[in-house]
Amino acid sequence: MVADKPYEDIPGTWIFDAERARAGYHLNQFLYTLMQEENRKAFLADERAYLAKFKLSEAQRAAVLERDWNRLLELGAVVYALAKLAFTDGRSYQYMASQMTGMSETEYVDMMLKGGRSPDGWRSKSEREKH
Amino acid sequence: MARVIAGVGTSHTPAIGAAVDNGKTDQPYWQPLFRGYEPAKQWMAKTAPDVVIMVYNDHVNAFDFKVIPTFALGCAQDFPIADEGWGPRPVPAVKGYPELAAHLIQSLVLDEFDMTIVNEMQVDHGLTVPLTLLFGSPQQWPCRVIPLAVNVVQYPAPTGRRCYQLGQAIRRAVQSWAEDLKVVVFGTGGMSHQIQGPRAGLTNPVFDKAFLDDLSRDPERLSRIPPIEYLREAGAEAIELVMWLLMRGALGPKAEEIYRFYHIPASSTAVGHIILESR
Repeated sequence: MVADKPYEDIPGTWIFDAERARAGYHLNQFLYTLMQEENRKAFLADERAYLAKFKLSEAQRAAVLERDWNRLLELGAVVYALAKLAFTDGRSYQYMASQMTGMSETEYVDMMLKGGRSPDGWRSKSEREKH
Repeated sequence: MARVIAGVGTSHTPAIGAAVDNGKTDQPYWQPLFRGYEPAKQWMAKTAPDVVIMVYNDHVNAFDFKVIPTFALGCAQDFPIADEGWGPRPVPAVKGYPELAAHLIQSLVLDEFDMTIVNEMQVDHGLTVPLTLLFGSPQQWPCRVIPLAVNVVQYPAPTGRRCYQLGQAIRRAVQSWAEDLKVVVFGTGGMSHQIQGPRAGLTNPVFDKAFLDDLSRDPERLSRIPPIEYLREAGAEAIELVMWLLMRGALGPKAEEIYRFYHIPASSTAVGHIILESR
């Protein structure tokens, strides 16, 4: 257990650290297989059967099936591996990011075109509560 | 003697590569960005380096989770283009320079930087998007490329200070190679951005501008920015900026800013670009 994790105080963020990497190892190795076209096809043809080949927790399995992006981050998926699931669904990084924020893709794109999200109010959990 | 003559800092957002590959560069969303890189392409054509050392990060493409090297140097003859989940980018394969890469390894390890040697590796958008931005879409890349992959995927990435020092060691290593070569070092990724969680979409132009300013004015200050400050102020994925410090370290004590460009957005990213010449 690493004691010093100052980044845990950043709201709306899951830093992929050693502990999360350990918990997410098989989840991320599953996502890595989606780099190959035949695996993408096999996964989409029968998601449950494909997932059965990997040592995922029940919570991880359910989150994959539901495309519960934030829950997947919490359960140890790293965002770059997670992107391969979005691509397999024919979606973009931008779509996946918008889903994580709870916005529609249009609202998210609009926010970015206006310069993106200000860090004000998002630096720490206490700053977020005051905001 | 081989010399590091210049450094290039640039974002490597995958959507930029997709915009080129799908012929969208003239669309209103993308046009300002590609216009901003035009002077850089002209500078690159004039500079005509023999070798590019490309400091970038792999995004779970070359490396899965079995092995996660902190600093990995590509020593292969060829680097195929990875299929990241939507098919490989239609760009030429990257030609390496195994003899020089082997020299860099030997020099760096004896200089106390414990590099990982990679003899087979696919390369992803982290490496190919910067090539596209600076060299356009040629049939073959006009120079050889030595990839230097830095782990920024699993926390902690190497510190900015360590990256800066490795850059300095790369300068020494290049200068001890007898062949007369012009080398340009790229530092890629950033600038402010976050692509995960409810805080996704974060940008910080104030942080980014200060970073661009101090690459020439006060790189020592930048090298002391702690990891938490990147994450908190500029977004979870802004930690990629440590790779710009690796580039800066390779330019020696003095570097002159030749060009810069800054633009929001490309997908979720604040795009930054700078050209620095070693003085």
